[in-house]
Amino acid sequence: MAMTTPGPVRVAFWHAAVFKRLWVTNVLASIIQPLLYLLGLGVGVGSLVNRTSRATDVLGGVSYVAYISPALMVTTAMALASTESLWPIMSGFIWKRSYHGIAATPLGAGDIVGGHALWMAARCVVAAGAVAFVLAFFPEARDWGLIPGVPVAALTGIAFAMPLMAFSILRKNDVGFAAMNRFVIIPLFLFGGAFYPISQLPTWTQVIVKFLPLWHGVELARAFTVGDIGGSASLGHVVVLLCWTIGGSVLSYRFMRRRLYV
Amino acid sequence: MTLVLRMLPPTLRDVRRPQRMVGRNVVAYRRQWLIIFSGFFEPLFYLLSMRVGLGDLIGTVKVGGRAVPYDEFVAPALMAASAMNGAVYDSTMNVYFKMKWAHIYDAALATPMSAGDVAVGEISWALIRGQIYAVGFLCVMWGLGLVGSPWVLLALPCCALIGLAFASVGFAVTTFMRGLSDFELVPTATMPMFLFSATFFPLSSYGSWAWLAQLSPLYHGVALVRAANAGVFTLSSIGHVAVLCAIASVAMTVAARRLGRLLLY
Repeated sequence: MAMTTPGPVRVAFWHAAVFKRLWVTNVLASIIQPLLYLLGLGVGVGSLVNRTSRATDVLGGVSYVAYISPALMVTTAMALASTESLWPIMSGFIWKRSYHGIAATPLGAGDIVGGHALWMAARCVVAAGAVAFVLAFFPEARDWGLIPGVPVAALTGIAFAMPLMAFSILRKNDVGFAAMNRFVIIPLFLFGGAFYPISQLPTWTQVIVKFLPLWHGVELARAFTVGDIGGSASLGHVVVLLCWTIGGSVLSYRFMRRRLYV
Repeated sequence: MTLVLRMLPPTLRDVRRPQRMVGRNVVAYRRQWLIIFSGFFEPLFYLLSMRVGLGDLIGTVKVGGRAVPYDEFVAPALMAASAMNGAVYDSTMNVYFKMKWAHIYDAALATPMSAGDVAVGEISWALIRGQIYAVGFLCVMWGLGLVGSPWVLLALPCCALIGLAFASVGFAVTTFMRGLSDFELVPTATMPMFLFSATFFPLSSYGSWAWLAQLSPLYHGVALVRAANAGVFTLSSIGHVAVLCAIASVAMTVAARRLGRLLLY
């Protein structure tokens, strides 16, 4: 590592050095789980969905497998980035105290937060890329739009990682983490527009779903595969994702500085 | 009677006070009721998501010659699947944590309790917890109008049987675990069962792969709960019960033997 290597990159390389020992099961899990969902929900439930004309109207004329496959890349990124931004943050302060170790070097709070963002983006690119690779084996899911879907998934991943990091920095114990998983992440996976358009949901649910990042990522990735990218809607999705990322990063930086130094 | 007793593994012969183990768990969870309470919501979210989103797209599904709405088709399957998930979670991660880190069983064995008490007590606790979820889920199904017949009450003992079978398997598997990383294999086993046990789509959709779904132990549980909700039991129901009982008894024997060896020597 050269002397000029920026701090966040150094922190990201630390994450990578730790991960080198665990990556096999991790990457396999991020391929196998979406594959199972694709077979179970896409192909299996899809065989029930595709029979009806109502379904063709609601899904916009694409097959069910083609409908959910771009979404699976985004949900994989969300699941990965959110688990990695809950317990591991607690570990950095309490269980392994790695953040205190980093703060004892010339690196600081900003480098830790930036390093986490870089590392999450890298992990999400790998995981979403792996999903795209698997999807390419299914003729119905195969589409060039899956390639730009990878950075969309990564952006959605950090749009979850940064606000959740801010949340985790504030926690003194891990009791809230399971609740966050059960009451935010899993419901979003189920209701966030991955498996059907959110117009199926009651209005108040739609409002919540549109406020959170997942739906924007899913819609953006899907716009690439069904080919209606561009226009104000797509731009709006990008803006929302960036807002969550930047807002989360700023909060994380402030909370991190307070918890490390003050 | 003596013959039956002799067939039992030695660890299970001296079961005298398993209720102490259950009592310990009740006291311990008083501070962590949120963990138990939140477990109820996962199947509920799945049910609601399928109901509002896919129910409208799919319409009805044919089960045993009868067309039922999609949410009524999925609800009993989710009930069976959550009985499995709860039992597996309780008997793998939780048991491992108590055994290796918290050393709760070592403490229990320092009292007049036996290894059999620990095993039976822990499995009973998992079953009690599972029954609470099952009753709650049944109330929700009834509230949403997804109950097909009064026979649905039989779904509760069915869920207990599913819980018993999977808790025993989980327990037995946990005694072979070498470290935390081995637990990453657990979802690898439960997730395919959750998705491919005729849970979300009927056996007829599997085409020539139907035998694969029937290999899954959860398939038998799903079929039982679904039969209870429809109020239509056939000869095959007996087969499903037999499969689950067989799994439970084999796994329990293995678990009791291994646990005795792990804890006492």
